[in-house]
Amino acid sequence: MALLEVNQLCVEFPTRRGVLRALDNISFGIEPGEILGVVGESGAGKSLTGAAIIGLLEPPGRVASGQIIFDGKRIDNLDQEAMRAIRGRHIGAIFQDPLTTLDPLMSVGKQLIETMQTHLKLSDRDAKARAIQWLEEVGIPAASERVFAYPHQFSGGMRQRVVIALALCAEPRLVIADEPTTALDVSIQAQIITLMRRLAADHGTSIMLVTHDMGVIAETCDRVAVMYAGRIAEIGPVGDVVRSPHHPYTEGLMGSIPSLESRVARLRQIDGAMPRLNAIPKGCAFNLRCTKAIARCQDERPELLPAGTTQAACFLVQEGAQ
Amino acid sequence: MSDRIVLQANDVARHFDVSRPALQRLLAGEKKRILRAVDGVSFQIVAGETLSLVGESGCGKSTMARLAVGLYAPTQGSITFEGQSMHAALADTSLRRKMNMIFQDPYASLNPRWRVRDIVAEPIKAFKLLSSRKDIEDRVGQLLTQVGLSAHDGEKFPHEFSGGQRQRISIARALSSEPEFLVCDEPTSALDVSVQAQILNLMRDLQERLGLTYLFISHNLAVVRHMSDDLGVMYLGRIVEQGPAEEIFRTPRHPYTRLLLDAIPDISAVGRQRTPVGGEVPSPISPPSGCTFHPRCPLANARCKAERPMETKVDGVAVACHAVEEGRAA
Repeated sequence: MALLEVNQLCVEFPTRRGVLRALDNISFGIEPGEILGVVGESGAGKSLTGAAIIGLLEPPGRVASGQIIFDGKRIDNLDQEAMRAIRGRHIGAIFQDPLTTLDPLMSVGKQLIETMQTHLKLSDRDAKARAIQWLEEVGIPAASERVFAYPHQFSGGMRQRVVIALALCAEPRLVIADEPTTALDVSIQAQIITLMRRLAADHGTSIMLVTHDMGVIAETCDRVAVMYAGRIAEIGPVGDVVRSPHHPYTEGLMGSIPSLESRVARLRQIDGAMPRLNAIPKGCAFNLRCTKAIARCQDERPELLPAGTTQAACFLVQEGAQ
Repeated sequence: MSDRIVLQANDVARHFDVSRPALQRLLAGEKKRILRAVDGVSFQIVAGETLSLVGESGCGKSTMARLAVGLYAPTQGSITFEGQSMHAALADTSLRRKMNMIFQDPYASLNPRWRVRDIVAEPIKAFKLLSSRKDIEDRVGQLLTQVGLSAHDGEKFPHEFSGGQRQRISIARALSSEPEFLVCDEPTSALDVSVQAQILNLMRDLQERLGLTYLFISHNLAVVRHMSDDLGVMYLGRIVEQGPAEEIFRTPRHPYTRLLLDAIPDISAVGRQRTPVGGEVPSPISPPSGCTFHPRCPLANARCKAERPMETKVDGVAVACHAVEEGRAA
């Protein structure tokens, strides 16, 4: 059974000029121990998906319909208190900027101890020992001496390691990682990716990795969901989505990434930009930018249906397959 | 293509004094703290070509970009533009207008209170290139069309545009002084990949059509590979490897260049297992002795700790590394 199941989730933002639908009928699942990548351009709704799952939607945003099922129980309709017991304990979170995630006035050890004692029954002494253990596990050198150092005494890469330790220290079964390496340099990014993958494997943790960097997804994830304008355009095993994408948007996205392997005269470009939430076209959200759009794309919204080894929301694929 | 050299940098350094105020320093008995952002960099850019500088944050690439358009004066060394010293080039408006800059953040680099037509017309007015209102209006319309916007967009304000469109406006503004040389400091790193592709394609089209020369600054090696003729890899204020981009990508020689190329997640590397190199970029205020890369370098020995490596040429690529010079880097 899937650890997390999202069924036809819709998130809306009521505004003075009408209701904006930021997530529109999203469904996917994450298996235990699986790393699911969520990729898309800014405004596609990938961070919002993560926020909805951990119950941190910023008002006036709200889950309008659909279900989020974690470990067999619905969690989208829980009240604040009940959600707090799950957040941190069963679902951890890693955010983009390690400096704003950590409390600058509290030593990293204290933050780890506080987090663990909130969720687990641990004596002060055990908690301290576990804190040092966690710092060692994420690769902080001389952890026992630095356990009571403050965040400003660590570099950016070290801080992100601490954030990862914080997210994992209560041993959650699912971690939502929202652009965990975007603020870091490439050599540090490589270290963090390897670390996350190792920890997920060692502890059997599932990860939902939200990022705009297709390269990071390709190396880290088992499966990937490509989002566009609040909808999932394509979802499937990462190798298949990268190498033989079915949705024209995924195809364009892959072609627009400059490669290290070879140099091309021109990058493939998708003309135009993603529509704003108040101007999402009727039918397929991508139809105005799609070079292969047919009449049906303008009126009818395509469902996410199997296409080869992946699932794609595109009439062309579905009609071609018939 | 001619081999005319547009910009030449000779042993350029830029140091910043980041000490505390003199009295506090005196009381605490501290020495001055000097940040060597750029520390002895030499390169030249041939007309119509693109030189890219690539490196991680804090390597001095953006400082070098500012030095190249005269926004900073070098602490040491000299920069010449079209054969004139930078100082003379800045004083001479007919030369000054031939260089311009495109910035990273299209949200911060456009004045939100100005209409796009005024933003794009500003360099034309500043350099007195055209005088009649009609001519300026026509020219602005032409520039906007050239970068893929419409002439009517001049009436709008920057907030009405998306990130990619704003970067097009920045490019139109940079082109309005009819420059030959553009410094592009991370022009696409604030943009989404599909928009990045649009802007990179546009920049290469413009280079071909107008014969522009670029100094391209980026941390993204894949973007750099797509854009450059020549490449310089920077680490802690110095260029560690420089030469034709294709050659460097084919056979990276300096251990740092190899590390960078290995570290980049690439979409062709699904499920790649890797052993990342540890360590981080040290502070440029107190850089390591000798070769500044030695604490992270797998090939470092006693000589690397003591002696700063000089450039040696291998197959047209200049590499500053003892291991390469001694043939230890296989």
